[in-house]
Amino acid sequence: MNFETIIGLEIHVELKTNSKMFSPSPAHFGAEPNTNTNVIDWGYPGVLPVVNERAIEFGMKAALALNCTITQDTKFDRKNYFYPDNPKAYQISQFDRPIGHDGWIEIEVNGEKKKIRIERVHLEEDAGKNTHGSDGYSYVDLNRQGTPLIEIVSEADMRSPEEAYAYLEAVKQIVQFTGVSDVKMEEGSMRCDANISLRPFGQKEFGTKSELKNLNSFNFVRKGLAHEVERQERELIAGRELMQETRRYDETTGKTILMRVKEGSSDYRYFPEPDIPNLLIEDEWIEKVRQSLPEMPKERRTRYVEELGIPEYDAEVLTSSREMSDFFEGTVSHGADPKQVSNWLMGEVSAYLNSEKLSFSETALTPKALAEMINLIADGTISSKIAKKVFRELITNGSNNVEALVEEKGWAQLSDPSKLLPVINETLDQNEQSIEDYKNGRDRAIGFLVGQIMKKTRGQANPGVVNKLLKEEIEKR
Amino acid sequence: MAILDYTLEELHERLVNGELSSVQIIEAVYDKIDETEANVGAFLALNKEEALKHARMVDENGIDPNNILSGLPIGIKDNIVTKGLTTTAASKMLEDFVPVYDATVVEKLAKAGMVSIGKLNMDEFAMGGSTENSAFKVTRNPWDLSKVPGGSSGGSAAAVAAGQVPVSLGSDTGGSIREPAAFTGIVGMKPTYGRVSRYGLIAFGSSLDQIGPFSRTVKDNALVLNAISGYDQRDSTSYKGETPDFTDGIEKGVKGMRIGVPKEYFNEDAKEKGIVDSVRAALKKYEELGAEIVEVSLPHSKYGIPAYYIIASSEASSNLQRFDGIRYGYRADNVNSLEELYVKSRSEGFGLEVKRRIMLGTFSLSAGFYDAHFKKAAQARTLIRQDFEKVFEEVDFLVAPTTTTTAFDIGGKIEDPLAMYMADILTVPVNLAGVPSVSIPCGFSNNMPVGMQLIGKHFDEQTLYRAAYAYEQATDFHKQRPNFKGGK
Amino acid sequence: MAINEETVKHVAKLAKLEFKEEDIHDFTEEIDKIIQMVEQLEDLDTQGVEGTFHGITHHSVVRKDESKLEIDREELFKNVKTKQDGFIKVPAIMDNGESGA
Repeated sequence: MNFETIIGLEIHVELKTNSKMFSPSPAHFGAEPNTNTNVIDWGYPGVLPVVNERAIEFGMKAALALNCTITQDTKFDRKNYFYPDNPKAYQISQFDRPIGHDGWIEIEVNGEKKKIRIERVHLEEDAGKNTHGSDGYSYVDLNRQGTPLIEIVSEADMRSPEEAYAYLEAVKQIVQFTGVSDVKMEEGSMRCDANISLRPFGQKEFGTKSELKNLNSFNFVRKGLAHEVERQERELIAGRELMQETRRYDETTGKTILMRVKEGSSDYRYFPEPDIPNLLIEDEWIEKVRQSLPEMPKERRTRYVEELGIPEYDAEVLTSSREMSDFFEGTVSHGADPKQVSNWLMGEVSAYLNSEKLSFSETALTPKALAEMINLIADGTISSKIAKKVFRELITNGSNNVEALVEEKGWAQLSDPSKLLPVINETLDQNEQSIEDYKNGRDRAIGFLVGQIMKKTRGQANPGVVNKLLKEEIEKR
Repeated sequence: MAILDYTLEELHERLVNGELSSVQIIEAVYDKIDETEANVGAFLALNKEEALKHARMVDENGIDPNNILSGLPIGIKDNIVTKGLTTTAASKMLEDFVPVYDATVVEKLAKAGMVSIGKLNMDEFAMGGSTENSAFKVTRNPWDLSKVPGGSSGGSAAAVAAGQVPVSLGSDTGGSIREPAAFTGIVGMKPTYGRVSRYGLIAFGSSLDQIGPFSRTVKDNALVLNAISGYDQRDSTSYKGETPDFTDGIEKGVKGMRIGVPKEYFNEDAKEKGIVDSVRAALKKYEELGAEIVEVSLPHSKYGIPAYYIIASSEASSNLQRFDGIRYGYRADNVNSLEELYVKSRSEGFGLEVKRRIMLGTFSLSAGFYDAHFKKAAQARTLIRQDFEKVFEEVDFLVAPTTTTTAFDIGGKIEDPLAMYMADILTVPVNLAGVPSVSIPCGFSNNMPVGMQLIGKHFDEQTLYRAAYAYEQATDFHKQRPNFKGGK
Repeated sequence: MAINEETVKHVAKLAKLEFKEEDIHDFTEEIDKIIQMVEQLEDLDTQGVEGTFHGITHHSVVRKDESKLEIDREELFKNVKTKQDGFIKVPAIMDNGESGA
């Protein structure tokens, strides 16, 4: 391989506001076509845009989380192009004064850490959706038109599809932690375009780039870029000149397909949006948003490892989503042992969520209940076997008081010697041979006796206590 | 006196004392339109049934003596959207367009109880200075039916001058209220940018457009501005500050005021002599009334026309992109592709002048030209605005001619777009600076009315009305009526 | 000449307009005159001058993030010439990646 790969990503993220960027229409999906729209979304003659305060706040929040500097005298611009899903034939976006600029994040690939710079984070409105019929027509739904978006533009700092993947993953995680978006690629609330070029190692100038579109999943990003590296390499080795192209990833063939060759750059005729005066973002507002930022995944991981004694791998998994991480911390704060909490979250809880396709908030489980349950295991009140039953109950029906629940259901272990001794002695009376065997050094006999006792108590006896008492009673005989 | 010779105040008094009913007034309006419209051609659509219904309602509910505009008629320029009433902006593009919402000014007029008479002719999308760019009809100047009424709000001006309605709304991007007011001998106010909500005004040059009233008298004008002004949360460029009562202190006179006379606006060779003479005489009158006249300079005025045509056309090129044949408006037949749908609908739907400006604006914003055109024009605009800010440190308001000529012949200039553009030289700097300006009648030249514009500080329409009123009370130009066939 | 017919055709393409071949020449001349007129601005020294891009100098207002449905779909569709099942119907779109967001 004689070429160095250069990749930059443009990531679009839909912001989770109630209303649209410039109109009060609802900004949520799944509605009948064109029902969540009004005259502004349709670009009716005479309408004007008014900026959604929360969209600005969310944009700022994401920009700050990505270590950007906030542009205090920010403004909006028009990007002009005709398309049926773009009713005004201009998109209100930000050109030269994006809400955030000059940020960075850290990624890790094969144990190596690397900083990827972020050129800018800007706010804009989403377009509607076109559905292409097989009848020679396309169908336009403007429900999505005007949904607030941020576009996160990286510098061309990535050197492999793996780095691009890691960057995308990290951005997703950070934005998800800020809570401003669902960042779900499969649902379109996060979308990614990539610019990719090759150059001979040692060369300073970038080679001719192509722009990859339709990278609708994390996998497509990796596969599409990998394919594009191969293609460009093949062309260059064959001595052919590359064109500046827009290509789309075709998921059925795993290849990239030419959409068009760019002749010069597109002429979007950007100019300041005359309908929206410049926005002044005061220091206090920035500070307020900064204060509202949650601790980011990287910081959380470090803390989990250093302060809570959690293994690196666990910390990684626990911080893979804000929900998981918050749940973990909530449970620990209710006094449960961190490692035990981690085991439960990574084990039973994740398995349940995956098989039922649910998120934390869709279950009845609370951090408090999980902590109570873990503590009941720790103090021997319930066995780990019974715990699975308790867990089922907690995640499906929930409980405010796990101890009372265990009591009520009769799930507590029998640990009280005064209650266990009669059963133990009864068992010993019925199994003299086993006592004999044990005394002759056959340890297995104890196992048999414990089994009998568990049977008699219908599994409720605390095996540890039974073991101890059993040995004491045998000694007495 | 005929019903339609009364001022709004006089009509209101008669409604209160029962001498007239709103229905009588509205019927008189439509009678007058029937009588004169064949000659004037001011209206594109009439709203008779609804208007009479509204008037009957006002009569039934009884007149509120504190609501001076209730039950009184007004005409509306056809680039202001009216729910359920065809709004075309005088373009084939919107020939069948029925708005599904009301402009903020229309809501405000309705709240004030005003009765909307119909939609008034204009240059297509407000681009022009003669109303000859209307796709639908010719509007004539009531003072001489062979002459233009000015534009782009020519229908709004002609309807008031012809006595069809006492007041109307127009819009002014580069002089489109003041020039037709001057040409037809009436009062036309372009308020400070931000004073009146633009929500529902079909945008031409968004950073320049402003809606304002036409009337025969200064006070009527102020009364209508009272009704339509104010902050609108649907327009981010509307002014959040207080809205005064514009009739407050209107009688206080100009004694002790300092009037600036911008020397660049009195370039005598470039103007009809009768215009300069009339305005000079008006300045004398102001002196007699106790004002002080001071010569001032607005040195960047000559860059007004190029800066204006770049900015307005650039904004228009973007604003008019939404007319793509898809969601509303004209749609070409027999198209085989989306591209054809766009190109054919737009090429067939827009008139020549609109296309010219779209081309100029698109060019000015395009790659490689933005800096030399659009950005440069925006910088020139800053200098022009600063010129005004500077002179307003010294004077209370400015006086200048509104136009370089009086109304010209229909067909006289339309073949020469550049000459047409140059005619806006005295009005466009005001829009670039965003300041208010009112044109009032101040004489006649070649038997046609002459207008002078009073230009004020940002959000100081009050001083302009006060000064205009003082002049009006001291002269009788506003009492003169055109004598045209079907007019008297 | 500040511009030529080629430029006029290019700009027309951006603006989605077309002019008849026989009119292009005259139209170019006319537009050229207008462009020459606006290019008088070249004489003006604007070094260091901030541009004015808005009609007002004060800063923008923002709106609280409250959603509401203001109008029925049926009403919005009143002016649509071709529609189907709640969609706006247009001739097939050839997606060549030129579109925006």
